Amino acid sequence: MYVAVKGGEAAISNAHAQLADERRGDRDVPELGVEQISGQLGLAVDRVMTEGSLYDRELAALAIKQAQGDMIEAIFLLRAYRTTLPRFGATEPIDTAGMTLVRRISATFKDLPGGQVLGATYDYTHRLLDFDLLEPDGDQPQAPETGPLDQAPAPRVVDLLNHEGLMETLGEPEEGFEPSDITRQPLRFPADRSARLQNLARGDEGFLLALGYSTQRGFGGTHPFAGEIRRGEVAIEIVPEELGFAIEIGDLDLTECEMINQFQGDEEHPPQFTRGYGLAFGGSERKAMAMALVDRSLRSEELGEEANHPAQNQEFVLYHSDNVEASGFVQHLKLPHYVDFQAELDLIRRLRGERDDDQAEAAE
Amino acid sequence: MNDTVESSGKRPGDPAYNFGYLDEQTKRMIRRGLLKAVAIPGYQVPFGSREMPLPCGWGTGGIQVTAAIIGPQDRLKVIDQGADDTTNAVSIRRFFARVTEVETTEETSAATIIQTRHRIPEADLRDDQVIVYQVPVPEPLRQLEPREAECRKIHAWSEYGIMHVGLYEDVARWGEIARTYDYPVMVNTRYLAAPSPIPKFDNPKMTGMAALQLFGAGREKRLYAIPPYTEVTSLDFEDHPFTVQRWGESCGLCGAGDSFLDEVILDDQGERLFVCSDSDHCRKRREEGHRGALAGHEEIRALEQADPA
Repeated sequence: MYVAVKGGEAAISNAHAQLADERRGDRDVPELGVEQISGQLGLAVDRVMTEGSLYDRELAALAIKQAQGDMIEAIFLLRAYRTTLPRFGATEPIDTAGMTLVRRISATFKDLPGGQVLGATYDYTHRLLDFDLLEPDGDQPQAPETGPLDQAPAPRVVDLLNHEGLMETLGEPEEGFEPSDITRQPLRFPADRSARLQNLARGDEGFLLALGYSTQRGFGGTHPFAGEIRRGEVAIEIVPEELGFAIEIGDLDLTECEMINQFQGDEEHPPQFTRGYGLAFGGSERKAMAMALVDRSLRSEELGEEANHPAQNQEFVLYHSDNVEASGFVQHLKLPHYVDFQAELDLIRRLRGERDDDQAEAAE
Repeated sequence: MNDTVESSGKRPGDPAYNFGYLDEQTKRMIRRGLLKAVAIPGYQVPFGSREMPLPCGWGTGGIQVTAAIIGPQDRLKVIDQGADDTTNAVSIRRFFARVTEVETTEETSAATIIQTRHRIPEADLRDDQVIVYQVPVPEPLRQLEPREAECRKIHAWSEYGIMHVGLYEDVARWGEIARTYDYPVMVNTRYLAAPSPIPKFDNPKMTGMAALQLFGAGREKRLYAIPPYTEVTSLDFEDHPFTVQRWGESCGLCGAGDSFLDEVILDDQGERLFVCSDSDHCRKRREEGHRGALAGHEEIRALEQADPA
């Protein structure tokens, strides 16, 4: 038994070979292609890209394949690769009002400029297992013919409310403001909103989902409305120094969520709505919505609200949202700890011995 | 900490990665952090910890520190629980063999850099050696005060009453300070620091140590250091002075009576064996002819073979 704990190089190599063998599975079944994953497990790829914070469908699909579909392991693989990449610069802020929409819904207005576009969604599907998909070539769907959407301008709902002054305005950042980058600089508290949003965007979907849910159940309620959820492609632009003007270098497939929350007001400000923001790669809609709820909760302090609940506590949320960190530390408990355990054994035996002695003495 | 390869340096090691895995800018950032840490002994320096290809909590802080200071002339020793052949130590040593191709060693005295988890070697370290600790929780106050912003204030004001009260509560409840590892220390009479989860048995080795002691906490993004020959004291009370673990037994293999012993359960009848946790120390003593009570016994032959020979 002891030898197993002290397993050395051979054990590790064998373990990895066995893992690779298990990953391949039944050799009579064709090997899974990375294109199949990115094409047919698209939402898994979207999640890995979002929390891996690297927009690359092929690498995310590779990570999912390599990790046997373990999402957190795949996210970890992508993150570890991402760290090694050089940085060429930062893009201009993206303009999601100019998004080429494939989906856009608002829960706050029945109709609005640009309209409601339901798009491809699991909403309103009946969750009945489709046994046709069990058959080879059983999946032969046909998308309805719609032709290119003649897209009317679809300004963001929060901007529409802005015109009336009903929505809080956040103002332009100060001259020279640089957003935080928590992958280069450690978090400091209080963390500014750019650091918080970056943290939440990379944060574990399950963790944010539970925290967002907790706010709905009364642990720091923010009375949210889904002002708008939109998905589509957004152009990304950079301003190369030698050119001095912006050029497009590609598109990002994004889901954005703006939550509209109960109003605030004080002596200086009339009552107005406040906002929570969520953004994720691809169709990670649940993540974007949960993120928007938690973003709003984390603004409690700046908005002068009491902050007594977990979702309102910056340190609690931001230090525990990262699933790569959390997974590593939880699982490090399987590393040998026998030196410290030996120290504890020694102590507890001694304390028990002293207790027995005391009791024996008292009995005499 | 010999000559480091400058930014040219793809080789030696895996050609896909820079020498020591980290890029040169990152290494510089970490070295700047380490310089600050050495200048303010015991102070936790926040740093831009990177996502390493090994999991957080498995030594990524120590790995980044080692990667930032290692050069081609170095000889690296990696131990976990005092032993070179524990799986995670093997894994980390393989990582550095791959990305640096530096010589690795299991001999404490031959190493220039010793990366460790949970132990300080039994042998005295020299002033030409560096010991790098892997630190899971760098904040000694964390279990008493979970808020980081608060902890930083406590350190800034050197207001460590909360820790003394915590230790006193142990005394009140159990008659002694019931901390057996990660036992809090004062560094250079100024900063309270976590020695990482080494058993308190090892705490006395920290004070006045000739080697430079560097601490890396990757997940928590902190560096700290204890420069050579710095005073390090374990907190205690006049009427409850600091003491270390002692065993009634000596090492079953080498007979050492003054080393930290691991307890090994031999069968389901309660038969047990105590062996040195420091595998290099034990091997050396056996080579010198020291024999423990159980050396050569049938049941433990596998164990002796499993130890590095």
